[in-house]
Amino acid sequence: MRRQARKAFDESRIPNDLCPIATELTVLRTGDWRAERPVVDRDKCVKCATCWTYCPTQCIVEKETWFEAGLEICKGCGICAQECPHHAITMIEEVEE
Amino acid sequence: MSKTLVCDGNEAAAWGVALARPDMVAVYPITPQSSLAEYISQFVADGIIKADLMDVEGEHSVLSVLQGACLAGARTFTATCGQGLAFMFEPYYRTPPLRLPIVMSIVTRDGITPQSVWGGQQDAMTVREAGWIHMYCENAQEVLDTVVMAYKIAEHRDVMIPVNVNHDGNYLSYGVEKLELPDQEEVDAFLGRKDTNWHAALDPERPMAVDPLTGGAGGAGPALFVRYRKGLCKGMQNALKVIPEVHEEWAKRFGRSYAPLVEEYRLEDADYAVVTIGGMTGAGKDAVDLAREAGQRVGLIKVKTFRPFPLEALRKSLSKVRAVGVVDRSVSFGWNSGPVYQELLSALYGLSQRIPAISFIGGLAGADITIEHFSRVIETTAKAFKGEVAEGPIWLNE
Repeated sequence: MRRQARKAFDESRIPNDLCPIATELTVLRTGDWRAERPVVDRDKCVKCATCWTYCPTQCIVEKETWFEAGLEICKGCGICAQECPHHAITMIEEVEE
Repeated sequence: MSKTLVCDGNEAAAWGVALARPDMVAVYPITPQSSLAEYISQFVADGIIKADLMDVEGEHSVLSVLQGACLAGARTFTATCGQGLAFMFEPYYRTPPLRLPIVMSIVTRDGITPQSVWGGQQDAMTVREAGWIHMYCENAQEVLDTVVMAYKIAEHRDVMIPVNVNHDGNYLSYGVEKLELPDQEEVDAFLGRKDTNWHAALDPERPMAVDPLTGGAGGAGPALFVRYRKGLCKGMQNALKVIPEVHEEWAKRFGRSYAPLVEEYRLEDADYAVVTIGGMTGAGKDAVDLAREAGQRVGLIKVKTFRPFPLEALRKSLSKVRAVGVVDRSVSFGWNSGPVYQELLSALYGLSQRIPAISFIGGLAGADITIEHFSRVIETTAKAFKGEVAEGPIWLNE
């Protein structure tokens, strides 16, 4: 494969109805879909990163001594709670505030 | 200097690919496309095509690989048909809205059930609404020339839509003809600079998601979705202008001209006409010549470009006659007719005068559509012109 010549990519000159691309995640907040939220028991979490590995939206963020879901993106699928080997994650129903 | 070749339609397509100088080709063999995949592989092995050849595990991967290659700036090619096209459907449907100018031959095949490895246009016709440009060729020379032209059409900045160049399995894929191989330098000048990813270049220094999830019931998603849908429709309509321009430039440079959208044959003083698509057209023209010798005022309308649908061009041709017989080489199950017939009715709607149209279906599963078959089509259409309209569909190979 020949190497592509480096060229300036000037987005302002590209029609905005061509190939759908996203350079930042602003289109969709999958967190809006959530019916249940994952809540982490920080005493049980050992930072094994199993939740981080399995999360289909890749929304798990690392904290000092635990992992937790980024709630803007977390769609509440519950896979992290299912997979957590230390049963540190509980799915709690979302209720209107 | 151009060279003279004696070859079949599959080799003609491969020569067209070679002249377009692709960067990446991916192929998976399936009858009657297999020899085209073999010619491509041989050309790569012989250094005639200087491209990366991807041998992948199936057609789904073929097109997925080419999508990535195209986003990285490559000119690409593949070919398939029948079950291969069916297996390719998911990336097939995705390619046009990504606006990737990939060129792919469909060596049309009938089936899938009852099982058939022989010619028919059911495969290409089934995917006519997936957003690709569809052009049907009449002979091997047109296959070669159209494959090259397809790159110029697909990569045109007002179009940016993948193109299927379709030729009939068995009849065009294996039928040997004498044809002219255009000069490489002339083709280079014709095609110009290659630029397949100006709109969405994959670049590690500019991370992005291609085809992000778009839609939903609220927010900007649904409106954004509509914008891309309208964009593809607009590109298709632009293609109706670009396809004739590219054909005209080809004729100027190489001296061979083809009707880009719809061809009229002996139509000027015709009372009625037969409508054809693809390789059957040769027999249709011969039958028209015979009928003309016998004093019948009959002409022929050939559809070359089926997507975008050449509404205005077809309407203009139809306005010259008072009855038509439409021969399809595939079946629209839901309409109990052929797809070309079904869509031609939409073109008739815009005419001030209502004219009878009859659906004929022939050439399924490798059956020959002979001059005799076309003579029958002409006779039946002549009767419709005189007011005796037969009920369709009429199956020619029963």
